[in-house]
Amino acid sequence: MLFSVIGNYSLFLGLFFGFVLFYFSVKNFRNSKVLDTKILSFTFLQFFLVVISFLCLVLSFVVSDFSNETVFNNSHTTKPIFYKIAGTWGNHEGSLLLWLLVLTLFILIFLVKTKNQPIKYRILTLVFQQIIIIGFFIFLIKTSNPFNYIYPIPTEGLGLNPILQDPALAIHPPILYLGYVGSSIIFSSVLAATTLNIVSKRWASHIKKWILSSWIFLTLGILLGSIWAYYELGWGGFWFWDPVENVSLMPWLALTTLLHCILVLEKKLILTSWVIILSISTFALSMSGTFLVRSGILNSVHTFANDPERGLFILIFLFSLIFLSLFIFFFFHKTNKNNLSSFFWLSKETAIIVNNWFMMYFLSVVLIGTIYPIFLDVISSQKISVGPPFYHKLIIPFLIPFLLIMAIGPKLKWIKSNLDDKIYLISLLIISILLSILIVKNFSSNFLINTILISSALYLFFITLRDFFNKGFKNLAQNMAHFGFSLLILSILFNSLFSSEIITNLKVGETFENTKTKIVFESISQKEEKNYNSIVAKFTVQDSKGKLENLSPELRIYNQPNIATSEADIKTTLLSDKFIVINIVQNQEFFNVRYQVKPFMLWIWISVILISVGGLVSFVKKEYEK
Amino acid sequence: MYGRKVKLRFLFVVLILITLILTAFLVLKSLEENVVYFQSPSEIKALSELDKKKIRVGGMVKKDSILVKASEVKFVITDFKNEINVTYTGAIPNLFEEEKGVVAEGFLKDRNFFSATKILAKHDENYMPPEVKQALGEK
Repeated sequence: MLFSVIGNYSLFLGLFFGFVLFYFSVKNFRNSKVLDTKILSFTFLQFFLVVISFLCLVLSFVVSDFSNETVFNNSHTTKPIFYKIAGTWGNHEGSLLLWLLVLTLFILIFLVKTKNQPIKYRILTLVFQQIIIIGFFIFLIKTSNPFNYIYPIPTEGLGLNPILQDPALAIHPPILYLGYVGSSIIFSSVLAATTLNIVSKRWASHIKKWILSSWIFLTLGILLGSIWAYYELGWGGFWFWDPVENVSLMPWLALTTLLHCILVLEKKLILTSWVIILSISTFALSMSGTFLVRSGILNSVHTFANDPERGLFILIFLFSLIFLSLFIFFFFHKTNKNNLSSFFWLSKETAIIVNNWFMMYFLSVVLIGTIYPIFLDVISSQKISVGPPFYHKLIIPFLIPFLLIMAIGPKLKWIKSNLDDKIYLISLLIISILLSILIVKNFSSNFLINTILISSALYLFFITLRDFFNKGFKNLAQNMAHFGFSLLILSILFNSLFSSEIITNLKVGETFENTKTKIVFESISQKEEKNYNSIVAKFTVQDSKGKLENLSPELRIYNQPNIATSEADIKTTLLSDKFIVINIVQNQEFFNVRYQVKPFMLWIWISVILISVGGLVSFVKKEYEK
Repeated sequence: MYGRKVKLRFLFVVLILITLILTAFLVLKSLEENVVYFQSPSEIKALSELDKKKIRVGGMVKKDSILVKASEVKFVITDFKNEINVTYTGAIPNLFEEEKGVVAEGFLKDRNFFSATKILAKHDENYMPPEVKQALGEK
């Protein structure tokens, strides 16, 4: 009760300080010899208030204060303490409070870290950031206040959706939000820099750090979500082209493109318009991600119950921000006249630009696939869905030139260059092609496209691998990220080519057998935990080589809310995963059994981690290369 | 006659235009081929012609209609006006239950029989797919 009151008033005070900060910033901007010390302290105060508010919500969850509506809707006394805390952001209200927390944290860090930047630029960034912060404060307080009362006070809560009670998903939202919200700083900073016309090499190397940190968190956030989907949803896949996944992929693509553009801008002071547009789109995509997930407009199998009024608010807010930024872009942005003066076709920047176009293409495909169903529903009220084949068909062919340019591009020099080392490049290409023919030859279907795809991924793999030995620490960040990407594509390809699956319905004691695999359903046993009962099944699986494996998937029936979830049992080895999941069908003695052998699963995760470590290396790197 | 810069810029614009047109064409064509339409049992009954393409059917799983055999699962989807029999081979999601909303993806055999290749999972017991809500809402 007390916590809700404190939390609620902190929010109002935080909003108040938003306006105060806005006022002081504008005042300070006119007379900007020094940064007003009030600004820094008020920013800190605002952050502090949001922290208090957030902690109050966490504490309300910990002590199970059911007079709070959010706690009542999403918690339960029998829930383990870890999930009580994680439950704070496992719901709409709490997750928005987390957004706000990160927003205020980032602007504070920004103000502290940019002491040597122009004062006008710092103030203006703060102004834009405060506009976003104020918008979110109002959104939170008006449509989704996490501190609403219920009276009479219920004695027990409704509980957290069991599939969210999972360690990976407990940390997935905070990490993802650090990435999403990080793009808000990029957005504000770009608008400020454009208005003041200080888009320069110096600005680029300063904002690069922000882009990198945002990008690293977004990458890891997507990875966590993907790992969770793999073992918790029981579909045995890691990416389903589901709208909710797509909305996290789109800002990632925009951010990755932006990251490459900013590198070019840092070296050569070209592509400034690109950088501005991409920064705006990244933030717009992050916001619309929140909008699409929360509005209930998406026809998604992931969608949780939600509320259209919230969506409308975010949509209006988003459009005003986009309008504001476009206005600034068209009125203040001055293009450099000497853009094309030293531009040659065969150069590093050409390679980057071409691949940026490819990434924009991938982005548009994902965007169209995600919003076309909504669009069609609005104009003709026809309900459709766009499935994986659409994305595969449109993206996969273009991965080939994309991968090849990724391999060759870094070998080129800035401005103008010739390819050195031609013998190596060609011989590696031939090796890659031969190797992939060897790998694919047993698969008659799609032989050609698979061979070419694997060849180009292998090519990138070999070239980056060789650079590790050849160049050592020079360009380590870029090399590592590109190496990780080649590994990712290879793992995904092998995974989809060589996976096998058996789905059958079995009773206890029955055996399933085909030419390769024998699955024996040995027994079931029951287990009682604090907030769920579980049925643990025992399976013995024998593969074609006669190797036995014991697997025990679990079926949990949670008491509040009363939902069954399947816990897959996964035996991970270096080369492949054995995955088994069971489900019980209402009032039937059969169990639905799904057994999969998924090669290279582990490497999909490892490669994404490598990609983000590449980003991290670039982030911590001292500027010694200059 | 024209400077090098102008030529380059012209080439650039043409290139972008061609790419855009090509992309738009590719995307639209692919959309047309890969879109899956949603239909309610009543809409299927009213079809004049059976579609060979993959569709989605949604509604409620009828009470006492689920029957599990070793190789397949049978059940009935209803929108309280019309029903359709579904046979399905594959993995069953956790929230698949009688008298709960369901969306099945697959092919129509005729107006009364549907062969499903996928049953879509939902992650929230309070959540009802919008199509199902609409299909049921008209009752």
